[in-house]
Amino acid sequence: MAQLNYPSDLKYARTDEWVRLEGDIATIGISDFAQDQLNDVVFVELPEVGTEVKKGEPFGTVESVKAASDLNAPVTGTVTEVNDAVRDNPELINSDPYERGWLIKVKVSDPDSLNDLMDSAAYAKYNEPRM
Amino acid sequence: MTEPLIYDQSVPGRTGVILPGCDVPETPLPTDLMRDDLDLPEVSELQVIRHFVRLSQLNMAIDTNFYPLGSCTMKYNPKINEDVARLPGFAHLHPLTDEEGAQGALAVMYELQRWLAEISGFDAVSLQPAAGAQGEFAGILMIRKYHLDNGHPERTKILVPNSAHGTNPATVSMAGLRVVELPSDEDGNVDLEALRRECDETVAGMMITVPSTLGLYERQILDVIQAVHDCGGLMYMDGANMNSQLGIVKPAELGFDVMHYNLHKTFSTPHGGGGPGSGPVAVTEKLAPYLPGPIVTIVEEPKDENDAPLYGFTMPEKSIGRLKVFHGNFGMHTRAYTYMRVHGAEGLREVARHAVLNANYVRVKLQDDYHIPYNRPCGHEFVLEGRFEGVDEVHALDISKRLIDYGYHPPTNYFPLIVNEALLIEPTETEDKQTLDGFVEAMKQIAKEARENPALLREAPHTAPVRRVDEVKAAKQLVLCCRPIPAPERAKNEQAS
Repeated sequence: MAQLNYPSDLKYARTDEWVRLEGDIATIGISDFAQDQLNDVVFVELPEVGTEVKKGEPFGTVESVKAASDLNAPVTGTVTEVNDAVRDNPELINSDPYERGWLIKVKVSDPDSLNDLMDSAAYAKYNEPRM
Repeated sequence: MTEPLIYDQSVPGRTGVILPGCDVPETPLPTDLMRDDLDLPEVSELQVIRHFVRLSQLNMAIDTNFYPLGSCTMKYNPKINEDVARLPGFAHLHPLTDEEGAQGALAVMYELQRWLAEISGFDAVSLQPAAGAQGEFAGILMIRKYHLDNGHPERTKILVPNSAHGTNPATVSMAGLRVVELPSDEDGNVDLEALRRECDETVAGMMITVPSTLGLYERQILDVIQAVHDCGGLMYMDGANMNSQLGIVKPAELGFDVMHYNLHKTFSTPHGGGGPGSGPVAVTEKLAPYLPGPIVTIVEEPKDENDAPLYGFTMPEKSIGRLKVFHGNFGMHTRAYTYMRVHGAEGLREVARHAVLNANYVRVKLQDDYHIPYNRPCGHEFVLEGRFEGVDEVHALDISKRLIDYGYHPPTNYFPLIVNEALLIEPTETEDKQTLDGFVEAMKQIAKEARENPALLREAPHTAPVRRVDEVKAAKQLVLCCRPIPAPERAKNEQAS
């Protein structure tokens, strides 16, 4: 299997989204594992700025040549920014999932919603049987 | 493409038909309805014939090649079905003909309802739904209405295992209810513990595909049904995979409350571009008043043994309503009816037996060459992983494309989603041992090629009229056009890529 990358400064959800927390702003994307499983992403549907997202509930959709999947919010809060570049060029999710391929930024309203996210080591272990 | 577009063959002024001279006085058309151009190719009759015959010959289909997409997509459609559907009494029957003038058609529908009830063990059937997903929709609406009538508006949760058909959760959302996804255990069964945790007083019911999309029978199906019934929920069976159960298992006897059939899968009516589907729903007595209608009933019993009953349309008492104009896809009813008449009860049982035997034969033959994640006796289909240890660049899609070079239609790719690089293989009952052996041999050869020369797979198909298509580009820049793209448009598209 291809070598997958899970940066250690990020937190990961069981549904394969990552979170980068800076103050109370969480940047959210999908992991290298998720993009690898999906194969070439061809379309992404993201919420508008101001939308309330709730941990564990869908906030958008990602569609690849293989499948369409829900994007699940790894935290609870309000969308403050959306990556327009990824809407126009969804392949950024494949080529650069952690930087240019980020999806939304959320102002976290419930810090407890971050508690059960995994660190990179735990997430790598979680993925092993799924490979 | 090896065949130019019909528009590329157009020559100004050429015509395909010779019209007779006008023998009535000409009346000019209203000028506001006149137009200067008509966007049609100008070709001769023979050009049209050759064009479409050549296109049809480029097809790879069940009538030309082994087609392991199976009943899921379309099993072999016996040609006698078409003969019967074309009988003038069926084909030329106007849908507004009154009941007395359509007794033959009503008799076919009545018998079909009765046989579908008998095969499933249910009490009543409606032929209204236009296809499987509409059958599901009908089933879930009936479950909802049943709970509302019994004073339980709080029952809004529908449990759906992750091995279900994708339409199941979609149906639940369409009906305005809430989906709760259940995990599978390591053998591919519903995780019973997870199920019991979700069983509470908000459960409206559970939708389950039997056998599952992994082609596996749920080993604890009776426990699953019991758990849902104990908390007051109803059980919906997605009958898309009935091909493995005809004459063997009656879903109603397992405890299900409602199911749908896919006549276009199990009963060999055309599907996937060939014709509309048909998704009859079957229910127990307590759900019968809610069936979508109208359904066909006997309104007057025969007077003696030489008399026929009088059939009519009846709206069930608390019906969820009509799902389809007129009476469902009647052309499919005649084909399914024919298929059942040709096979008879024992023949239908043999269909299931051979479908299951053929799938298991191929599964066991391939288990040393491919990883089969849930490797136990299967129903009419099984799933293997289209990837090889140490050969990162080969994916399920490459195996499928290479199969085309060997003269086999690819199986379903990347479904079910819970298997990595899934290839879902369903040979169906109509294939003989020689055909299955040929397919197995090709699959073994491809496994060998994957290790020795993966580029052969990556670049496949090599022999098809259309080589590997760019799926990303096709998804992102879909151009649905039957005529040459105007130059400025083409330049824009090329720039964008």
